[in-house]
Parts: sequence; C-alpha cells; structure tokens
Amino acid sequence: MDSLLTAIFEPGFFTSEPVHTAMIIGGGAALVSGVVGVFTVMRGQSFAGHAVADVTSAGGSASFLLGINPLLGFLGMAVVAAGGMELVGIRRIRERDLVTGIVLGAGLGLTALFLYLDVTMGSTTGAANTVMFGSMFAIPAETIPLALIVGLGALVMVAVLYRPLLLSSVDPDLAEARGLPLRLIGFLHMLMLALAASLSAMTIGAILSTALLIGPAATALRVARRPGSAIVIAVLIGLSATWGGILLAYDSYYWTPGHGWPVSFFVVTLVFLSYVTTSRLGGDRQRRGATLPRVRHSTTGKA
Amino acid sequence: MKLVAVCDGGEMLAVDRVSVSLSGRQILQEVDFKLGPGEFCGLIGANGSGKTTLLRTILGLQRPSAGSVRIDGHTGLRSVGYVPQKTLFDPYVPVRARDLVALGLDGHRLGLPLPSRSRRRLVDEMLKAVDAEGFADQRIGNLSGGEQQRILIAHALIRRPRLLLLDEPLANLDIRGVAEVVGVLRRLSKEHKIAVLLSAHDMNPLLSAMDRIVYLANGRAASGRTDEVVRTEVLSKLYGYHIDVVRVHGRVLVIAAGAADDIHAAVEHHPAHVAQIP
Repeated sequence: MDSLLTAIFEPGFFTSEPVHTAMIIGGGAALVSGVVGVFTVMRGQSFAGHAVADVTSAGGSASFLLGINPLLGFLGMAVVAAGGMELVGIRRIRERDLVTGIVLGAGLGLTALFLYLDVTMGSTTGAANTVMFGSMFAIPAETIPLALIVGLGALVMVAVLYRPLLLSSVDPDLAEARGLPLRLIGFLHMLMLALAASLSAMTIGAILSTALLIGPAATALRVARRPGSAIVIAVLIGLSATWGGILLAYDSYYWTPGHGWPVSFFVVTLVFLSYVTTSRLGGDRQRRGATLPRVRHSTTGKA
Repeated sequence: MKLVAVCDGGEMLAVDRVSVSLSGRQILQEVDFKLGPGEFCGLIGANGSGKTTLLRTILGLQRPSAGSVRIDGHTGLRSVGYVPQKTLFDPYVPVRARDLVALGLDGHRLGLPLPSRSRRRLVDEMLKAVDAEGFADQRIGNLSGGEQQRILIAHALIRRPRLLLLDEPLANLDIRGVAEVVGVLRRLSKEHKIAVLLSAHDMNPLLSAMDRIVYLANGRAASGRTDEVVRTEVLSKLYGYHIDVVRVHGRVLVIAAGAADDIHAAVEHHPAHVAQIP
C-alpha cells in the first residue's frame, strides 16, 4: 500500500513550495475558467475566448520587458483585447468573428515584437516558452494574492449577473424582450473572460489557456441538464485535469531522470481525454430525447 | 384599405396610425388596429412585409416615426409577453424546460436564484397550463418544435401579462406541432382573457382559431374580424389574385386555383388550397 502511494505521489510532492503555488494558482484558474467557460461556450463565443487568451501573450511578453508581474501583463492585455472586440460596433454575428480575428492578429503581432525584444534586450531566452506554454512550477509565490483577487473578481461578477447572463446566453431575443441591456451584458461577459483567460495564461500559457476555458465547459454541456450542474462539472473537470497534470509532471522527473515533462502538456491532454470520453456518453443521452413519438398521438390515425 | 375599426369589449392593444422607418426605408405606414381582451388575432403577411417590425414596435424595442402604441390604455408599458422568432434550441444548452420557464419569472434579476417554494409553484402552474408537465425536466433542445414553442409560451406568460405577442411560432412546426400550439394559445387566451397577436405567413392553420386578422402588405395593414376578411372580394383584393371563399353546409372553404409567380406565399404553397372554418 505504501509503495503504491509513493508510486503515485513521488517523494517531496506535498512539501514542495513550487507545487503548492502551482496547485493554488492552477486550481483557481481551473475554477474560474470552468465557471466562465460554460457561458462562453453557451454563447457560441469560443473563438472570442480563444482570441482573448492568445492575445494575453502580448501582455505576458511585455511584462518581462517592464519587469512587472506576468499576471498583471496577461490581465492588462486580456482586458484591452476583450474591450476592443466588444466596443467595436458589431451588428451581425459574422462581423463579431471578423473583429475577433483582426484583434487576434494585431495582438499576436505585438507578441512577436515583445518576445523578440525580450530575447535581444533582456536575454530572457525562456520567455517565449513561459508566455506561450506556461511553466507552473516557476510561478513565484508572491503571485498568489493577486491571482486570488482576479479570480474572486470574476466569480463575484458571475454570481451577481447570473440570471441575466444565463438568459442572454440561452437566447438573446428573450433577454432583449425582457428589457435587458444586451451590449452591456456582452461586454461584462468579455471582461469575465479576460479575468479567466489571464489566470489560465499564467498557469498553462497564453496559447493553451483556451483548453482550460473551452474544454471542460464543452464537456459539461454535453452531460449536464441544468446550468448549475454544468458549472459544477466544468469546474471538477478543470480541477482534476490541472491537479492531475501537476502530479503527473512532478512524477515525470522520476520517470525520465534529469528532466521532467511540461505540466501544460499533461493538463491539456487530460482535458482532451475528458472531452473525448464524454462525447460518447453524450451521444447516447441525446438519442433518448423527447423526439420519440408518444403513443397518445401516434394512435390517432386510421386503424 | 382599412376594413373595420370597431372593437368590442374594451381594448388591450391599440396600434394608432403607426409608421416605422428603418435606415431611411419605410417599413410600416399608418398601421392602425385594436385588440380586445381574450381576442386571438393573426398577423398575416408575406416574409419581409414588416410583421417582426410591427411586433418589435408594440414591444417598445422599435420607435415608431409616427403614431403610437397603447397597451391596456397606457403608452410605454411593457407588461407584454413575447415569443421571438426562433428556429430551434441547441441540444447542448444545459437548461431544462422548467429552467427556461423560471427565467421568464426572474431572468432579469441580479444575484443567484435561491430555491423558493412559491417560485417552484408558479413554474409548475405554468408548465401545467401549457401541458408541459410530461417533459418539464428534459433539456429544452431535446424537445420537439411544438414542445419548445409551448415552453416559450409559458416563459412569456409566467408574469401574467394580458397581451401576448408571438413571432412566427408555427414556422418550423409539423402538423401536430401546429395543432398543439394553436390549441394551447386559443385555450389560454379564452380562459385568462389574454389578447394574442400571432404572426404567420400562412393564415390557414389559424382559420379555426382566429377571432381577428391583421393583414400586412407593402407596409400597410388591413384588419377585421375573421368572417369579415375571409370573403371572396376581400381576400382577392389583399392577395392581388382571384380567391374564392365558398360557404357550404355551414363550413367555409378558401379556394385559390392555379398559380402565378407574384402571388402570396400561402397561395403558392397550396395551389389548389382548401381551408375550413367550422
């Protein structure tokens, strides 16, 4: 029994400070991304979520130049990108994708510039890898308070806006008929998205943070029947993938002595596996829908 | 072109010479009609004739360039139930039928919804009113078109408005769905004295249920009681094509023989159409 435990939790896992920090910030990122992601996927704004996440890389790479906390960099750029996408007057759904794509391109252009400057001026050769793909074990413990504020901010926003956000995500026309301000809700949703994206960019990197935002939520929507349970399922999947990824990455130092495997790889793979597994379950669930003819009606024809 | 302006039994909705322009184009011109409590009215017109614009104007989402809308004697009041034009809900929306009905009650409120007995009772009552108890706990996207429309009606009615607007609720339904939805609407409008204004491009499924018709064409409206509008000379003039209305053995038959390119969609779909009013 003891040997089994040590096989799962390699020595030092529970006492390592980098592991603690990774567990806290990664867990927070998974929690917030799961909650916000359910609304993002329901609204059909996965592409916007992906774009905001990618554009945070410009902030992350700038933070190395400015010498500020990377989370501040990710956050600043996420808010700018989200605001930019939402504030451009959008009349049609198609236009939204265009604007999103244009903001995404411009943001990644800045990333290219800042990363180039990082390498040439600051000689921080690891910056590109950290910004794009994250390095959870390298997050300084001082980041925890700021991460908690960002995460709490997003969760409070969701809690306050829960019903209008849900109604407008299920059907904007119903929300509009109820007199709800659709543009304001859309903007606030993008703001929550920015908070969630900056947290996950901090943990699994700007490019991969979409995985934590969209994957668990998409899986949850396949299996849940109620909005509340969809959120709980998305959070649980995100947490298991993140914490499971941290554990596997830690253990991997013992599998291949000398170097471990990146945490982000494990997290994203676990998210992907959860989606593939439940998509099969979800398919069965869909088929036994109410579209089956009911006897009461089908017997009214001529005998 | 106005046929009748009388309205018996008080007025729930008064559309008073309403004109609407959207980006310089005149969509509606001096549309004028009234609806009484418990009246079931069809808003009939081809696609693009301005039905949705008229409904949005009544709802207060669109400002008229001239004229006014009064609801229950007031202007600018928004105690109106509305069922927007809708294809179908996505099957992956994690919302049960009963959740959507509950959102009709308090979807505009801030804060998390706390479970409450009175809230649940109101939702149950409304589900029962639209015969939806049997599928109340299913996901909304898993329901048939007619079932989804009934849930949308419950969503719109749970705050007890006395005017209900529906935008093409029958457009994507099969024959059974149409019968379910029209039956539920007709019953609720009579039982609770709710004025119902329902837009459709085809008047035939509504002939047996409608008290009144508002016909929209080229931005103008003609309105009247169903038995006044469903007449040979009136329908022929409205459609711009010869249509026979024949009364045989207490039944009304609407017959449009032959087809032309420019006639109304409803006639196009039924070249030798026969409809009945019991």
